[in-house]
Amino acid sequence: MAAVAKGPTPLLAIKGLTASAGDLEILKGIDLEVFAGEVHAIMGPNGSGKSTLTNVLAGSPNYKVTGGQVLFEGQDLLKLEPEIRARMGLFLAFQYPLELPGVRAWQFLKAGVDARRLHNGEEEMGAREFDQMLKAKVEQVQIDPDLVKRAVNEGFSGGEKKRNEILQMAVLEPKLALLDETDSGLDIDALRIVADGINNLRSPQNAIVLVTHYQRILEYITPNHVHVLFDGRIVRSGGPELAHELEAKGYDWIKDAVNAGV
Amino acid sequence: MTAPKVISRNSTSSELESDYKWGFTIDIDADLAPKGLNEDIVRLISAKKEEPEWLLEWRLKAFSHWLKLKQEAPTWANVKYPPIDYQDIYYYAAPKTDAPKSLDEVDPEILAAFEKLGIPLQERERLAGVAVAGVAVDAVLDSVSVATTYKETLEKQGVIFCPISEAVREHPELVRKYLGSVVPYGDNFYATLNSAVFSDGSFVYIPKGVRCPMELMTYFRINQADSGQFERTLIIAEEGSYVSYLEGCTAPARKTHQLHAAVVELVALDDSEIKYSTLQNWFPGDKDGNGGVYNFVTKRGIAHKNAKISWTQVETGSAITWKYPSVILEGDNSVGEFYSVALVNNYQQADTGTKMIHKGKNTRSTIVAKGISAGHGSSTYRGLVKILPSADGAKNFTQCDSLLVGDQCGAHTVPYIEVKNPTAQIEHEASTSKVSDDQLFYCQQRGISVEDAHFMIINGFCRGIFQELPFEFAMEASQLLKVSLEGAVG
Repeated sequence: MAAVAKGPTPLLAIKGLTASAGDLEILKGIDLEVFAGEVHAIMGPNGSGKSTLTNVLAGSPNYKVTGGQVLFEGQDLLKLEPEIRARMGLFLAFQYPLELPGVRAWQFLKAGVDARRLHNGEEEMGAREFDQMLKAKVEQVQIDPDLVKRAVNEGFSGGEKKRNEILQMAVLEPKLALLDETDSGLDIDALRIVADGINNLRSPQNAIVLVTHYQRILEYITPNHVHVLFDGRIVRSGGPELAHELEAKGYDWIKDAVNAGV
Repeated sequence: MTAPKVISRNSTSSELESDYKWGFTIDIDADLAPKGLNEDIVRLISAKKEEPEWLLEWRLKAFSHWLKLKQEAPTWANVKYPPIDYQDIYYYAAPKTDAPKSLDEVDPEILAAFEKLGIPLQERERLAGVAVAGVAVDAVLDSVSVATTYKETLEKQGVIFCPISEAVREHPELVRKYLGSVVPYGDNFYATLNSAVFSDGSFVYIPKGVRCPMELMTYFRINQADSGQFERTLIIAEEGSYVSYLEGCTAPARKTHQLHAAVVELVALDDSEIKYSTLQNWFPGDKDGNGGVYNFVTKRGIAHKNAKISWTQVETGSAITWKYPSVILEGDNSVGEFYSVALVNNYQQADTGTKMIHKGKNTRSTIVAKGISAGHGSSTYRGLVKILPSADGAKNFTQCDSLLVGDQCGAHTVPYIEVKNPTAQIEHEASTSKVSDDQLFYCQQRGISVEDAHFMIINGFCRGIFQELPFEFAMEASQLLKVSLEGAVG
């Protein structure tokens, strides 16, 4: 596919976003623009606010937005219910996917697909079409086909849960995928499969924001931009080389630089 | 639960705030006996039914026993309601027409009413061109059976499926042998009341070695205001036979409470199997706890050698549910099962569970009870597993799960276990969970609304039970849950 030139409107535009959990202010002013076709990696030490950022964008009830603005395709994202954000094409791969006892994974996926189609004025997907699509996606992300017959994440291993998130992402084909430490806790084979799944989703029409603590996954996925989040702010932005620099120097380098006011 | 605020004879359903979709009344002339309970009423009911002397005597014995109970209903259940005035109830209400001899003679108003409820009384293939056996229906309106379908098809196999009043006339030897054999008239307050005044209900007889060719269904409908419904169902499965039976129930939305005190007796003879499923959707009352059916029901089966009795119930209706479908595991190797979903919303109360009485050797029982509490609802599981000294090698597995929706509801579990044989194996698992905000957010993040997410999670919680229902009814049960939860979530 031909590369699409950066349009004038970013897919996601975050301006001065602040958010808290309880009384604790976590995000202290985030500015970020993500254009279609891009992959952004957000790195940073534990507790810097990486997960909070993705959860706030998805509308998690665990955080309170205290200021700033977020536009998604030009719309005021923060005013919308989480399910509306999802139906517009925003996807969050959870760091800790929830178990839904007794709810079959394929049913859960079908409900998500249909909700989005109805939102877009389309009809629900036919059972046969859905089956075929799901089968193809299951092969694509190399997940055990039995997992979609089981209850959502119930009794899944940590790796299976993460892969299941990638399957859901592949099925829902989001415009903007937020991946919250999807690489953590994966062995090297699972990591490769997850990375393949993410690479398969890359297209000029959508964008991926990859939150990670480690540089490891970036050996498989080459980001356009790397940002370093520290104490609720983006303190460094650069190209893929920034990730290598972080890997070589560690996060203390960033901490020292920030504290020194460099 | 609040006491009814207004007890008005003229109240209409529009005064009640409720989403109950089955709340309409049918405008038909009814033949009503005067309100109140006395010996004359018992005699009148018996006379209306043209019953033999032995049955009248049985009713009178029950009535005199009931008088001795001094209107003191059991108080051990975890439900609260104002005292019931047993003299302010109609004990007999029947559509004012002669008993129809065939479906063609049934009052079109009644046929239309049942059609509106989704219960077709015309005989037809439910799924055209597909090899699915039909469902035979016995429709009971207030005190009498108004129609029974597929009688001829069943008769070819020797299966008897008819109103119990008809069975008393046509098959008196069977009724006399088994009536009260599982639930004697003195069993409990409500069973005694039922024995005195029972009006109609279904009778099923499956001959030796016959596998009943279709699902049998009884649809109960209370129409008359201030009336009680006291049906009595008797199912007899002869040696090596099989039957799957389903009952469904609805009632109009009325501001006054209606009393429903039924008795169901199951007799599973050697090597037979009875599968009994219930979708109970009596009017639950309005959002403030006004009106609704008091559902005080005694259901029990006896399983002889190698026989199996399986109760599956989905209880979404009634202001109060008080019922404990039980199995007496009489014969060696007999099996008892109880699968239950009980949902309470608004001010509904449910105290329900089962009793598994192990007498025979190597008897096995399984209990899976799921309680869902929403709104201000209160749900209690109450169960007894009793292993008698004779029951060598008996086994029981019990699982009780409660799910809470919101923070105003309650869930309670009261299991009793009595073991008098050291070879018994008893397992008991229980859990209480809440639909968590994180689970809801997870669903929302996939595009699913809060209401649909609740419904999906609750359905998942009930999945193991719905699997026990005949397929079509599993779909219906799932819909019933959705409707019953309206207003509680979202």
